[in-house]
Amino acid sequence: MIEGIFVDGLIFSIMALGIFISYKIMDLADLTCDGSFATGAAVAAVCIKSGLGITLALILGFAAGALSGMATALIHCRLRIPGLLAGILVMTMLYSVNLRILGGANVPLLGVKKFYTEVPRILGFLPSEWASLAGTIAIVLLMKGLVDLFFRTDLGLSVGAMGGNEQVVISQGMNPETLKVIGLGFSNGLIGFSGALLAQYQGFADANLGTGMVVQGLAAIMIGDFLFSTNRISLLTLRVILGSIIYKALMYGGRKYGYLVGITPNDFKLLTGLLVILSLAVAKARSGASDRGARRKAMDKVAAKANGGCNADA
Amino acid sequence: MLTLEHVTKVFYPGTVNEKLALEDISLTVEQGEVVCVIGSNGSGKSTLFNLISGTYPVTSGRIILDSKDVTHQPEYKRAFTIGRIFQDPTKGTAANMSVEDNLITASRKGMRGLGISLNDKKRAYFRELLGPIGLSDRLSDNVGLLSGGQRQALTLLMTVLSNPSMILLDEHTAALDPGNAATVMNLTQKYIEKYSLTAVMVTHNMQFAIDYGNRLIMMDEGQIIFDVSGAEKKKLTVERLVQIFKEIKKKEFATDRGLLAI
Ligand SMILES: Nc1ncnc2c1ncn2[C@@H]1O[C@H](COP(=O)(O)OP(=O)(O)OP(=O)(O)O)[C@@H](O)[C@H]1O
Ligand SMILES: [Mg+2]
Repeated sequence: MIEGIFVDGLIFSIMALGIFISYKIMDLADLTCDGSFATGAAVAAVCIKSGLGITLALILGFAAGALSGMATALIHCRLRIPGLLAGILVMTMLYSVNLRILGGANVPLLGVKKFYTEVPRILGFLPSEWASLAGTIAIVLLMKGLVDLFFRTDLGLSVGAMGGNEQVVISQGMNPETLKVIGLGFSNGLIGFSGALLAQYQGFADANLGTGMVVQGLAAIMIGDFLFSTNRISLLTLRVILGSIIYKALMYGGRKYGYLVGITPNDFKLLTGLLVILSLAVAKARSGASDRGARRKAMDKVAAKANGGCNADA
Repeated sequence: MLTLEHVTKVFYPGTVNEKLALEDISLTVEQGEVVCVIGSNGSGKSTLFNLISGTYPVTSGRIILDSKDVTHQPEYKRAFTIGRIFQDPTKGTAANMSVEDNLITASRKGMRGLGISLNDKKRAYFRELLGPIGLSDRLSDNVGLLSGGQRQALTLLMTVLSNPSMILLDEHTAALDPGNAATVMNLTQKYIEKYSLTAVMVTHNMQFAIDYGNRLIMMDEGQIIFDVSGAEKKKLTVERLVQIFKEIKKKEFATDRGLLAI
């Protein structure tokens, strides 16, 4: 059972990494996720069904997600539609696209080779749950490695700089639109990949798979924020993964013991939302405190200037 | 180097908020010139910089940079030639990233690839560059942790690092305390000299504008009302400058009255 929580949390963490890129690094609230997650799952399911193989299913799941993210970025940049709205538009349109890809509301993956049948077969010396966990850990480490590596490259750093201050990348002669397309493409690629993996884990893909994912991902990221503070990319991504596992464990605990306090799984969305609001409020209060400190310092400076400044035109 | 031909900027044209911010500006800045721009609040100095950099489109007129018409070129393309520093120290750096990441982002112009340029050799080089501004040992600190003065000094370093041929400085020391302002200004002058930069600098300090650079421009109500360079500039005093300003304003006032009388 415990392995199940970990596998669940780890698959989920790949999606959270995607949201981490858009929300934290690029400072863009991207809602494409709810659609692109299911798109990744749908593409992978159809791939596997038609015998294209597991690897290709995962790669195409990533690609489908990436295309969705790029679509959002292009709508946002080219038509000057706010990012939030662009994401909602793409997410909504993807719902229909996903139904088309699936050819219905749901595609079961029973009796076919998928990641979670093949890995236990290859790692036959382990009990199948543990083999699944090992396979998932390997995949997550690979994805984490990719993210870490990307944000150390010159291109990745520029995407990060854009998130901090768009003017900086403009001043360096880079088109921020290109960086947004690349960033949201990568972000939603991970999200689609996560969907592609989840479809294989739970044995089906359906068009509603992505509902509420953004908020859950944000909750995981914010739980991670409380763990430790750092500015190193490898630790930031580690934090996201840990936060995701903790979030899934909390949900599991809620499902199992929630009845003791009268909580049912129907309440989870409400609780997740409250968790995000609470985290944001705490973060605001913290930065508000340091802002006030900074303002006091600034006031002192102004006072010093008034006393010591001697501009000719003053 | 830079030529503006009959450049006009109207904000919100055709609305109640219509505002003529720049009116028929023609100006040529030669290679190697260091120009100080003065003028009261709202006279259009920042707007002029925004048009030159491409932050805003012009309403009419042409902008020529290095004998190329850049009137419709996006800001990021003009940035290959133009480096810019704002009054607000937070505008030139990315607070969410470390000093070294900021520097590596600024070390050249143009879109980046998947290479990793940051290595120990680069770090040593950055440490050396950061020496004069006392930030050598803060390479891996986030820029958000630096003071306004330190950030502005870093911005200056980042601006010259990527080799622009012209820099636009918009009261870039105004938000700093006198000590930091002096440091950043000294550094500015050093860099301008060292890299033979063409520079246009907005300042509110008239004495400084007289002493520094080889040309002085005075702006008022969206127009260049006074433009002096060379020996004539050296002879100026603050009193004389104020007097000139008053004379020009009086003349304007008189013609306005004349117009109204018709
Ligand atoms: N984005 C904008 N939208 C509308 N009006 C603007 C905008 N930017 C500037 N203006 C107007 O244009 C005029 C010139 O402003 P500008 O900022 O260029 O003045 P400035 O000379 O830089 O003044 P300061 O010394 O206060 O910085 C002002 O009347 C201002 O209100
Ligand atoms: Mg200004």
